[in-house]
Amino acid sequence: MLTILFDGVAYGMLLFVLACGLSVTLGLMNFINLAHGAFAMAGGYCTVILVNRMGVPFALGLPIAFLVTAALGGLLERTLYVHVYGRSHLDQVLFTIGLVFMSVAAVDYVMGSSQQFVLIPEALQGQFIVFGIGMSKYRLLIILICGLLTVALQLIIAKTRFGSRLRAAVDDQRVARGLGINVGAVFAVTFAFGSGLAGLGGALGAEILGLDPTFPLKYLIYFLIVVTVGGTSSITGPFLASILLGVADVAGKYYAPKLGAFVIYTIMIVVLIWRPQGLFARSAAR
Amino acid sequence: MSAMVAATDDVAAFLARRARWSPLEIAFWVFAFATIWLFPGKHLILTETAILALFALSLDLILGYAGIISLGQAAFFGLAGYFSGLVAKYGIIDEPVIALLLSGLVAAALGFVTSFLVLRGSDLTRLMVTLGVALMLGELANRYSNLTGGADGLQGVIVGPIFGMFRFDMFGHTGYVYCLVVLFICFLIARRIVYSPFGLSLRSLKGNPLRASAIGIPVNRRLVAVYTASAGIAGIAGALLTQTTAFCSLDVFSLERSADLLLVLIIGGTGYLYGGLIGAVIYKFLQDWLASLTPQYWQFWIGLVLVVIVLVGRERVNGWVAAVRGSISRRGGRFVRRPAALGGAAPDGK
Repeated sequence: MLTILFDGVAYGMLLFVLACGLSVTLGLMNFINLAHGAFAMAGGYCTVILVNRMGVPFALGLPIAFLVTAALGGLLERTLYVHVYGRSHLDQVLFTIGLVFMSVAAVDYVMGSSQQFVLIPEALQGQFIVFGIGMSKYRLLIILICGLLTVALQLIIAKTRFGSRLRAAVDDQRVARGLGINVGAVFAVTFAFGSGLAGLGGALGAEILGLDPTFPLKYLIYFLIVVTVGGTSSITGPFLASILLGVADVAGKYYAPKLGAFVIYTIMIVVLIWRPQGLFARSAAR
Repeated sequence: MSAMVAATDDVAAFLARRARWSPLEIAFWVFAFATIWLFPGKHLILTETAILALFALSLDLILGYAGIISLGQAAFFGLAGYFSGLVAKYGIIDEPVIALLLSGLVAAALGFVTSFLVLRGSDLTRLMVTLGVALMLGELANRYSNLTGGADGLQGVIVGPIFGMFRFDMFGHTGYVYCLVVLFICFLIARRIVYSPFGLSLRSLKGNPLRASAIGIPVNRRLVAVYTASAGIAGIAGALLTQTTAFCSLDVFSLERSADLLLVLIIGGTGYLYGGLIGAVIYKFLQDWLASLTPQYWQFWIGLVLVVIVLVGRERVNGWVAAVRGSISRRGGRFVRRPAALGGAAPDGK
């Protein structure tokens, strides 16, 4: 029972790190980025190449995966995404789905379609037994890293100057612009950072979620659930939503394996009918 | 009072003028039916094209005319596909046309029920709910594998002869004629819907729902109605696929199917009925050609097409189509005619 809770929390934390970039881009620019999973995949494959083929230590591979995906995200943002912000939602959906298709086929071409595994150092394999609960070391590490990241994110958004600019831009773009905040630059940085986080999540999650070229399509729905259920106005919303989703998914798979993902989709639809703006959204009109 | 009568007459005249068949349209359908004799060796791919065109037509009704973005049109396609497959497999209804109509009704019923979910929320919520419904059905089909065959697909479907007379043959000749006739009938129905006052009110509420409701259009009821109709047509397309291939697999519910459908519609242009049909023809040939060049990676090029279309701008792409249309029909003033010819192809939303 507690093991399920533990695994669920680890899974949820991972989902949060994967999806929080998406929630910020959606909230900030009202931009539907279905290609977010592609960045996560990029991070995962980056780690696979670094750790498995080039023998870079795992602990070094993770930050490099973060940086590479962040750079990739920033590059794409400046060259491609920037042209699509002002467009209708339909255009955005088409554009990002196109990117997903391209990334899936490109990765298939370069890396092959088989599932990839990251070699995890031996120190992280096995599990601790605490009060009779088995806790996998790797999952503990995930919870630790993701927990720290969440706290750091919250601090950045709440305390720093950049954070207040970001919040101002989310609240009202035009007024923020009028106050002299360079919304475009804020957004570029946030986009790159969010992509980087997705990459890091993909690298960490390769072990648990599995990594193959269809990754962006397979987990797209999970990211979107986190964002729609959690709302886009804060990061606590998506955080709680991802923990909820993680626990529900793991518990659902454990207690009712026949139903599979059906539970998740049902919960999502019920929540969206009940609160179309998300479970934890502020009541402010948007 | 007399002004009002005059206004209604104006509207009636306007609708009648718009609903008139242009020579180009007649030529289109004559050519479509001529393909039965012109390309007898290509009937299998033409069948797929006709089904895709019908499917795209259903999406155009809600996307191009009512402005609902949906990623879950595959839900209706798949449900009706499985329904018609099961009905044929267990010999409940042997006659394909009746099974087809029933499948359409089943899909429309699902459309009616789920339409209430689509009424609420923003574009993103709609995307998620429509996608969620399709995924849920896919998951259900996967779970009840003793009924649906699960990941192996529904096998052993034996479709009886149409009206008890025309048997489906191996080369797909009967299947193609059947699909083409169904496509034409559904097109006529869609055309009737679009050029009716009802269709006009759909356009107005796509433009601005608030103002539409202010002039007395019941927005939600109109959306429910058109969503149901569109689901029915999508269902007929799905049933056609099962009947012509005698097979149905889980990928009828997949996200890729709905996403491809959007691409088809975008290539052809949204908001005029031929968009889906022309898009389907272009898409199928593009796919066929790319798949013969790079069998495994054609998806990459499809993705590239999508990205380029969006970056270039859909209006501009549609503008070229309209320009070609204008020059073919040789009525002059091609660029002036463009907005009238396309209507709803103007940028939707902000």
